[in-house]
Amino acid sequence: MAAPATPNTETEVLSLEEKFAGIASPDTREGYEGYIIAADKAEEVVKYIRDDLGYDYLSSVTGVDYLEDDHMEVVYHAFKTEGGPALNFKIQTDRENPRVPSITHLYPAAEFQEREAYDMYGILFDGHPDLRRILMWDDFEGWPMRKDWKEAYYEAETKPFKNRWPGGDVYRIEANNPFNKNVVYPEGFNLNGYNPLGDKTLYDMLNQYDRGGSNLKTDQIVVNIGPQHPSTHGVFRMVVRLDGENVNALKPVFGYLHRNHEKIGERNTWLMNMPYTDRLDYLTSMCNNHAYALTVEKMMGLEVPERADYIRVLMNELTRIASHLWATGFLLNDLGAFQTPMLYLIKNRELILDFFEATSGTRMMCNYSRFGGVAYDLPDTLRDENTMDWLHEMIHERLPRGLEELERFLSNNEIVRTRAIGLSPVTAQEAIALGMSGPMLRAAGVPYDVRRAEPYGIYDRFDFDIPVGTTGDVYDRYLVRVNEIRESIKILKQCLRDMPAKGDIMSVKPGYTHKVPAGEAYGRGENPKGELGFYCVSKGKGHPYRYHIRAPSFINLTGLEKLCVGTKIADVVVVLGSIDIVLGEVDR
Amino acid sequence: MYGLGIIRGMGITLKHFVDTYVDDLRFLGKRYYDESSLKVRQGPKAAGAFTVQYPEEKLAMPERFRFVPFLLFEENEDGTTQDRCTSCGICSKVCPPQCIWIERTKDPVTKRPVPEPKDFHIDIDICMNCGYCAEFCPFDAIKMDHDYELSSYDRTSAHVFNKERLSKPVSYYASIRPNFFLAEEKVRAEENKKKAKQAEAKAKAKGGGKAKAAAPAPAAAAPAAVAEAPAPAAAPAASAADLDAAAKKKALAEKRKAMIAARKAKKGK
Repeated sequence: MAAPATPNTETEVLSLEEKFAGIASPDTREGYEGYIIAADKAEEVVKYIRDDLGYDYLSSVTGVDYLEDDHMEVVYHAFKTEGGPALNFKIQTDRENPRVPSITHLYPAAEFQEREAYDMYGILFDGHPDLRRILMWDDFEGWPMRKDWKEAYYEAETKPFKNRWPGGDVYRIEANNPFNKNVVYPEGFNLNGYNPLGDKTLYDMLNQYDRGGSNLKTDQIVVNIGPQHPSTHGVFRMVVRLDGENVNALKPVFGYLHRNHEKIGERNTWLMNMPYTDRLDYLTSMCNNHAYALTVEKMMGLEVPERADYIRVLMNELTRIASHLWATGFLLNDLGAFQTPMLYLIKNRELILDFFEATSGTRMMCNYSRFGGVAYDLPDTLRDENTMDWLHEMIHERLPRGLEELERFLSNNEIVRTRAIGLSPVTAQEAIALGMSGPMLRAAGVPYDVRRAEPYGIYDRFDFDIPVGTTGDVYDRYLVRVNEIRESIKILKQCLRDMPAKGDIMSVKPGYTHKVPAGEAYGRGENPKGELGFYCVSKGKGHPYRYHIRAPSFINLTGLEKLCVGTKIADVVVVLGSIDIVLGEVDR
Repeated sequence: MYGLGIIRGMGITLKHFVDTYVDDLRFLGKRYYDESSLKVRQGPKAAGAFTVQYPEEKLAMPERFRFVPFLLFEENEDGTTQDRCTSCGICSKVCPPQCIWIERTKDPVTKRPVPEPKDFHIDIDICMNCGYCAEFCPFDAIKMDHDYELSSYDRTSAHVFNKERLSKPVSYYASIRPNFFLAEEKVRAEENKKKAKQAEAKAKAKGGGKAKAAAPAPAAAAPAAVAEAPAPAAAPAASAADLDAAAKKKALAEKRKAMIAARKAKKGK
């Protein structure tokens, strides 16, 4: 594993352009930052960035297609685990034959993200161990995120569409291109002789794994868990190679819920993307809205009024509690404590959703943030009770009581402890290298939380601790979540105390067109699942030129194989439950 | 002791079980099928079973609850109706999944557009209930509904709502969102007053008496409607703050101007 070397303290660390003059040059385009690195020397530079500059945590890797400039770009964002802003570096490549050296051996976190960039843009990563399609199916033709690629039901480059129902007749766009005719086959393709190779490749790959040193004449089998399986939390598939009950290889397969969210996002206007972000991690829409609003506010240079900032924190922390209750409940489901304890936890989540509904209008798809504030002020009443009284009762009484009950009936439960303690431990170095974030990273003992490492909004005003684990096993992940609920309650109490009783909730006049100055921005927020990042590029128009999501659930899965190998098959389900994924976000 | 954790867990399950029956006593047998007890049962002080016996009992929707949009029409005293929609098309422009289609009316004689839609379609299968259409409609003509029971046996044609299916009277809107309605009516009344004054000034400038007589009539009707509408019990001071939205808007605009100036100054440096 890529353990970060101790920074060189004897000689002063040179900055990138000093050390690599001519190789790493600052990005001088207007609104851009970071460095552009020559592809042939990339390995050396990235190693320097990781080992000497100390950027040990690779957050996001993505491609951008600059069609007019006739080149493509791979954009990396690396952070230091002790906190601070990002180092943004890019490698450019041509569009005809895009090749970029892979950095997976330096940052294993890049594995899935490079695969995604290959899948979406066709950028070949030299030296990548397993460069297959990841979200699209194996035989898919074309590179969907390229600017010159058009989807099957293509209407226009950007919304609003001019001719949704031309002539006034209402019809569905599918009528243009009916089902079964929406597939374009490559030239000379013989449909009858078609034999899909994707799964066979996968199984062959798994069969190459070491069969272990057992001298018993046992056979190993490949088992598919999912895509339709109650324990996979959605349409998610794991192909496992089993020796008896022991897992000795595992490959996750996903993309069953893929809808090319990012392409939709590039057709949308800036504001239209807000309700779409609700559908990423549909359990935490308030946090998604906030992170997206942060990114665009960063680009537009907007301020947020005080009260709106407090409301956002209030919503974020309530969301965190709701999401952790859900995650813990379903972890218990996966452990075999079927439904009963989960429903005790979800009671409190229902109450939180009631509050969201009264404030934003919807329980889950909140669509609540706007650029420069929030959509509505808090309601006066909630179920005929004063909202502030309701919140006070909730935060000071109900939630702490629920948490106490949860701890009482679970934390010392023998079955939970026997199943979870020592299961799939992960060290701090491994967790950082694999790009894990959120409770996964903190359970491994890394006190890294975006709210503290690079405070956004008004998080620097609150007094709270960052719970960490020691071994990074399933039990630690559970404990970290429970303790995070406690810290969230602490933040909520301060928030309720300090929130201005009245004030503006928008710093600008609400509007539906936004002129975002040209440039790029990477905004991130601490979601309950981990670090949610948005990488947006604007060309100064009403639509994002590039809209990329660094989805925490997706990147946390990079380590799934590492976590599961060596465990029993029954524990694979528990490990997956402890990662806490939401497929809306994994597949996007 | 081994097994203690499990016993404790069982104890909590038992507590939840008993709580429901204790709670029954608290409501004296009126725990179910009673609106006032339902509110308590679903509040932060609830104990025992948390479920709602849908569809026999339904939770009251909060005022801001939003589901598929509907169109508003005014009911005139003489029994005719007047659409608020002027078919300006802002709702169909801001709609993220682009599910709104408006057919505009043209005057058959002059061939000029008439500010009233001929038909109005929303594909509710595509609608994502984001509420942007209601948020950005300058005429308060399209609003989000509270009616969430829309199942049907036909997936395609039954789910493309036309103007007839979408239109609902303003009184319905006032019943589902009383606070919003009052705030909006106040703003409308003020705007009408302003318009009337402008018209008056114009008429004076022109010196014609006809326009003067015609203009104030609709303006006078609107404030009367506000006065008659019953003020709901739950419309305290905060909603009063919403009422002077016009003043707020002005303050916001000024603030924004200052911000833009500050940003420009920054750039200049």
